[in-house]
Amino acid sequence: MAKSPETEHPNKAFGWAAKDKSGVLSPFHFSRRDNGDNDVTVKILYCGVCHTDLHTIKNDWGFSYYPVVPGHEIVGIATKVGKNVTKFREGDRVGVGVITGSCQSCESCNQDLENYCPQMSFTYNSIGSDGTKTYGGYSESIVVDQRFVLQFPEGLPSDSGAPLLCAGITVYSPMKYYGMTEPGKHLGVAGLGGLGHVAVKIGKAFGLKVTVISSSPSKEDEAINRLGADSFLVSSDSQKMKAAIGTMDYIIDTVSAVHALFPLLGLLKVNGKLVTLGLPEKPLELPIFPLVLGRKMVGGSDIGGMKETQEMLEFCAKHNITADIELIKMDEINTAMERLAKSDVRYRFVIDVANSLSPP
Amino acid sequence: MGKEAFGLAAKDNSGVLSTFHFSRRETGEKDVRFKVLFCGICHSDLHMIKNEWGISTYPLVPGHEIVGVVTEVGSKVTKFKTGDKVGVGCMVGSCGSCDSCTEGLENYCPKSIQTYGFKYYDDTITYGGYSDNMVCDEGFIIRMPDNLPLDAAAPLLCAGITVYSPLKYHGLDKPGMHIGVVGLGGLGHVAVKFAKAMGLKVTVISTSDSKRDEAINRLGADAFVVSRDQKQIKDAMRTLDGIINTVSATHSLLPLLGLLKPKGKLVMVGAPEKPLELPVMPLIFERKMVMGSMIGGIKETQEMVDMAGKHNITADIELISADYVNTAMERLEKADVRYRFVIDVANTLKPTP
Repeated sequence: MAKSPETEHPNKAFGWAAKDKSGVLSPFHFSRRDNGDNDVTVKILYCGVCHTDLHTIKNDWGFSYYPVVPGHEIVGIATKVGKNVTKFREGDRVGVGVITGSCQSCESCNQDLENYCPQMSFTYNSIGSDGTKTYGGYSESIVVDQRFVLQFPEGLPSDSGAPLLCAGITVYSPMKYYGMTEPGKHLGVAGLGGLGHVAVKIGKAFGLKVTVISSSPSKEDEAINRLGADSFLVSSDSQKMKAAIGTMDYIIDTVSAVHALFPLLGLLKVNGKLVTLGLPEKPLELPIFPLVLGRKMVGGSDIGGMKETQEMLEFCAKHNITADIELIKMDEINTAMERLAKSDVRYRFVIDVANSLSPP
Repeated sequence: MGKEAFGLAAKDNSGVLSTFHFSRRETGEKDVRFKVLFCGICHSDLHMIKNEWGISTYPLVPGHEIVGVVTEVGSKVTKFKTGDKVGVGCMVGSCGSCDSCTEGLENYCPKSIQTYGFKYYDDTITYGGYSDNMVCDEGFIIRMPDNLPLDAAAPLLCAGITVYSPLKYHGLDKPGMHIGVVGLGGLGHVAVKFAKAMGLKVTVISTSDSKRDEAINRLGADAFVVSRDQKQIKDAMRTLDGIINTVSATHSLLPLLGLLKPKGKLVMVGAPEKPLELPVMPLIFERKMVMGSMIGGIKETQEMVDMAGKHNITADIELISADYVNTAMERLEKADVRYRFVIDVANTLKPTP
């Protein structure tokens, strides 16, 4: 007989899960495995609410397996470490991000690019290396192979640092990979949400000039005065967009709705690069002439490998980069999801798990 | 004023070419003047004579795959002399001072002047190579290798550089790499030849099986995939480091992206007029890229022609007489040519019809 979530593992666990595609989250009893020789058990302090969590609980992408316990921006304390674990000790402040499993032996894994391993498994809504479903960080604790645990640097706050584990690496990795880090160059950041606001901060830390491209004029003051962007372009202002043609070396496009690439490609200089990070439901329209006439490029990226994620955390700690967050209690999560669907958050919700998640 | 010239021009957007007398400037101090021997017919010529891009002005003398023999050089010309075999490709001028020009990428200069249909520094309109003589600034003249037959080498000046440049720029020129070439026409067949000369494994991707034998047995491609055959596409998934896509009709990018290995590059050198659907998942989950490329700089064009000389790379051509040009254009529209028409200008272009 198939085991239920409560009985498939030896240790009782508790969190909040979505049970169907209404996406409504509610208390959920399940279980977690014993701490194996390579594992670290993490008591969860905080967990960021990523837009992917919203997409998954509503089955927007068609591959959600309910019940879904979301959460892949996890910061906590190591309470147990297995006997083969060398990098962590009990009491360490650690992070867990988007992936918690990979084959650990293919070309991608050997290049520290576990995120491109064909057998990579996600922190939630995935089948883990032990063949059971993974449950994420909207829960009291999690057990993770040490390879997928990150040292949380001193000086990086646990609550506002949590979103770096997904949002941070998602913008940092392509900026490094596509060579978008030359000081003095001009970066455009399209979309000012969870990813976009972190991209502005990381861009400034690399010494780039940063322009935010947004459909919301109301975000200009924040973008410039609080986040440190050098300028702000309202995408519907055709005059200003025209004046900015051919001025940017790179664009990080964080917009996840279907949107026009043509005006963004126009902003790029010759040889310019646009990296798209959002996952719209339908394909985008790609005009080819601008690519050909200006030798421009459109690429994509998906989080980053574990080594790179650790490097990103150190970089952010060094430059005092954290996310701008709104701390919420676990039982406020459904309201938060409704607001997230309307982009009504500056710029990431983070669940105060340790102080507000209580089993009945 | 100026020197007499005659050629073939389109007088309106019917695109019909007929004899046209005009004049070219006198040979300036930095100019090279040459007698045109051959001129390749590029698909761009067809687009332009019919004003399909909306930028044509008439009368239009096309032709930007021009080869000939130098007849006169200006007093400040140092690199060429009378009797040299030379060529001119798609550009005859640029600003000389912007970032692109400074890097030898005159093709991306916002003020680059195309060989025909563009305004020159002296406010005259440029006329291309479907004519008896050409005059051009030394900086845009290419030396043609002695060992290459000039008629079959002419198409290198556009088709050749258009495929050579992205292979080099995107690092798709390392021996042992595996690239795909989509579309086997003027650009595609030259891409196969350059790629093989670089030591690459080459798969041709085409919509029909009809060119398989040619591709493998004559052009030297290693494999051939019919893009509409699901099984062939599936068997070739994730095998290519890069793809040179020469197709300018609307088509699906999804199967092509699937053929790339992770981090692979899809290079567009054909330019469909309407936007194409871009499936985002292959870019995000497999870090694949789509990029464009347009001809190449002058230095790079010379490098490409020198490589062609070294490896005996020329285009497969059908040599035609000047009075066949309108028929050739009709056939080109139906892709009925293996793989480039070249006009035998010196022997067949007459000043009177």
